[in-house]
Amino acid sequence: MKRSNELARPDAASVVRHADPGPVATRSRRPRTGPPWWFVVPAMVLFAFVVLVPSVRGVYYAFTDWDGLDPNFSFAGLDNFVEMTRDADARQAIWHTLLIAVSITIIQNGFGLALALGVNTMIKSRNVLRVFLFAPAVITPIVTAYLWRNLLAPDGAVNSLLGAVGLDSWQQNWLGDPELALWSIVGVIVWQFGGYSMVIFLAGMQSISKDIYDAAAIDGTGPVRRFWSVTRPLLAPAFTINLMLSIIGGIKLFDQVYALTGGGPGHATDTMSTLIYKDAFTLGEFGYSIALAVVLTVIVAVASTSQYFVLARNERAAS
Amino acid sequence: MNRYTRRTFSLELLMIAIALVVAFPVYVLVNLAIRPPSDTSSPLRPTLAPTLDNFTQAWQQGALGGALGNSALVTVVSVLIVIAISALAAYPLARVTARWSRGVFLLIMLGLMLPFQLAALPLYQTMRDLNLLGSAWALIVFYSGLQVPFTTFLYIGFLRALPRDFEDAASIDGCTAWECFRHVVFPMLKPITVTAIVLNAVSIWNDFFTPLLYLSGSTQQTVPVAISGFVGQYVSDWNLIFAALLISMIPILIVYFALQRSIINGFAGGLKG
Repeated sequence: MKRSNELARPDAASVVRHADPGPVATRSRRPRTGPPWWFVVPAMVLFAFVVLVPSVRGVYYAFTDWDGLDPNFSFAGLDNFVEMTRDADARQAIWHTLLIAVSITIIQNGFGLALALGVNTMIKSRNVLRVFLFAPAVITPIVTAYLWRNLLAPDGAVNSLLGAVGLDSWQQNWLGDPELALWSIVGVIVWQFGGYSMVIFLAGMQSISKDIYDAAAIDGTGPVRRFWSVTRPLLAPAFTINLMLSIIGGIKLFDQVYALTGGGPGHATDTMSTLIYKDAFTLGEFGYSIALAVVLTVIVAVASTSQYFVLARNERAAS
Repeated sequence: MNRYTRRTFSLELLMIAIALVVAFPVYVLVNLAIRPPSDTSSPLRPTLAPTLDNFTQAWQQGALGGALGNSALVTVVSVLIVIAISALAAYPLARVTARWSRGVFLLIMLGLMLPFQLAALPLYQTMRDLNLLGSAWALIVFYSGLQVPFTTFLYIGFLRALPRDFEDAASIDGCTAWECFRHVVFPMLKPITVTAIVLNAVSIWNDFFTPLLYLSGSTQQTVPVAISGFVGQYVSDWNLIFAALLISMIPILIVYFALQRSIINGFAGGLKG
């Protein structure tokens, strides 16, 4: 206790002011107060430089007409946000972002859960399947997206495969059709990250005690009832993590859209992230672009806190 | 549920069929990458005269060797820094109940939520003013800060579930706080350190948006940016592009299959932390 305080006081008195002497008193029977405050300094300095300070400045720039270069810019009040309500591209991008996030969350987790239920059985290939089905999740998303850009081309392998099995009428211009392109992107993401959801569900299933299933078997429950009344509620923590990961990943989506369609055709697949990138680096509208990022931040914050509270309540109810 | 029945067998076949559908793109990838550009048959038909020309050409023209080296450097150094500073920071944050500790913890939680898009443009300007744009070191500084909230959060969760008896015993024996962290606490954090290494390494290696901003136009490319540039340059030469994509995947897949147990447990590990 003495030691850490002596180390701390002389060279950074101003920061030490914030140190609360409380724990010394409350934990006087402990041999010391615990690790010193300066252990957090290296991490917090880098975190502040890279995330906190630029984010605060970002919020400020959102209320200016800054172009990214000119040191002379003026305060624009809510102009950027007002413009957003008139900007059809921005409104569309917000809608696409929400649509993609919700679809990915539902489809990817549904697929992942189905895979996990299939793999978490007596089948002999379960370990091999787990390793192979998860493999796409570690590959660079931009690389898999370029692969799919070719597969989904009008003369690509997906259409060839449909032709080969006699489903010619299902052949589509997957990425060129404005009605379809967004769903093709969702499909690529589900292909890549379905195994990721599976692995998290599997970890949850394997932590459920076998005794509970034995008890359910004695009571004569069928597989559907067993899933609904035993597995599902006990998977609540896995659901929490999976839903969080996919909804936030979906909201921030950039790489796959950039590589698959570039936001096109037209603006049919632009998301907030691609629009932020385009507005800043091809149009030079930094202020407007950052205003969009502020809206994105609010959406992420609302989505994650509300999801957190809903799911935390379910977890409590389950336990 | 415990016997291998006929139903288990049909489930086995169904799951293998799904795995084959999931693997289909990889078949096409390899099939086209080993195909000479003169072969224009269906992408489904196995290539009859395979060649490795695309690989040598992609390797030379895409400067992929340099990009792999840069990606490896950035990933390894950033992960080492993030692990060291986050574990160190998590220790007092999990143990000290003083007001400053709770305040810093809230900042970390806030950092978990802030999307990088908000900080990206102001930070771009700072990096430009510091003349750091275009250098791999900018990326290392960047990831070292960006990954702090998530990694610290993992460590705090793990530390809170860890009994303090060993630390207390060590400090009674006269350990300083640093010695105690270095020789007693950090070794006990090993399971969550593995998770943190895996998750950070994968997300740093695979990141595209950041190097796209901070390295554009520079010769120091990471793999995702080099691949993106390569695709832009050889727009429709897909045999060549596929060879480049495959080259970029091979190191990841080798590491993945070699360490699959730790990697999968690492991804699932956030659940227990």
